[in-house]
Amino acid sequence: MGTVRLAFSPAPAHVRTARLVGVAVARRAGVADAIIDEVRLAIGEACSRAVALHRRHSLSDLVEVELVAEAQFTVRVTDHAPVDTATIGAEGDPEHTDPFGLLLDTSGSNGGAADMTNVSDEDVAVGVSLTLLSGLVDDLAVIPGRDGVGTQVCMSWPAGRSR
Amino acid sequence: MELSLSARSIGDRTVLEVGGEVDVYTAPTLREKIVSLVDGGARLIIVDLTHVEFLDSTGLGVLVGAMKRLRMVGGDFALVCDQEKILKIFRITGLDRVFTLHSTVEAATAGLAG
Repeated sequence: MGTVRLAFSPAPAHVRTARLVGVAVARRAGVADAIIDEVRLAIGEACSRAVALHRRHSLSDLVEVELVAEAQFTVRVTDHAPVDTATIGAEGDPEHTDPFGLLLDTSGSNGGAADMTNVSDEDVAVGVSLTLLSGLVDDLAVIPGRDGVGTQVCMSWPAGRSR
Repeated sequence: MELSLSARSIGDRTVLEVGGEVDVYTAPTLREKIVSLVDGGARLIIVDLTHVEFLDSTGLGVLVGAMKRLRMVGGDFALVCDQEKILKIFRITGLDRVFTLHSTVEAATAGLAG
């Protein structure tokens, strides 16, 4: 089936379009129906992350998505935001990211219950997104972008056919 | 499917039925609705996710924010969800230990601290 590429302005509305295209290509590549929901969610998370990074840095550059149907169905989502050393440090090892820790006050002042008074919705979403991606995708990597600009989220799943 | 929101009262509980897709595009609308309910005096809110078809991290962030807002004003918050694909998202993120999840509105209504 080959490769499909799309690029979109960093607007939340376009993330849904990217999900729809991604799922369509995944189905044609033969990705099992049982994991299509996970593929949809993972593509959405990776694109939302890229959009958030571009908006945070006031970048109008397009977010790029590459969908490759070969022996595996591979998705690469590329942003062009300046590399945030702290963020990339955490993302480079998503298995060890603990966004749940963002939610909890470990001081014991709340009897061990969750205390979220200092955590914004957006902070939670960013942290949870990484945990979600690492939980959904066995084959996941977050690598520096080409020419050292931005980052690329690479994900792949077994595909039933390619042509 | 677009986001749909519908609120109703059961005694002193407010049930917010959410349907469709809760994502980076629609999550702000959900946040605004919950904020308006809290500002309008609702203190015991049940968010019914039974008809949600898609939920991502931005949606989870809004739900965490809702719980935070309610606890800050002495209220309480519960979720209704019986879809495995949505429950899996809560389990992966560990948020099943943060939220009180019920399979029916009736169970949530009975379980919410009034």
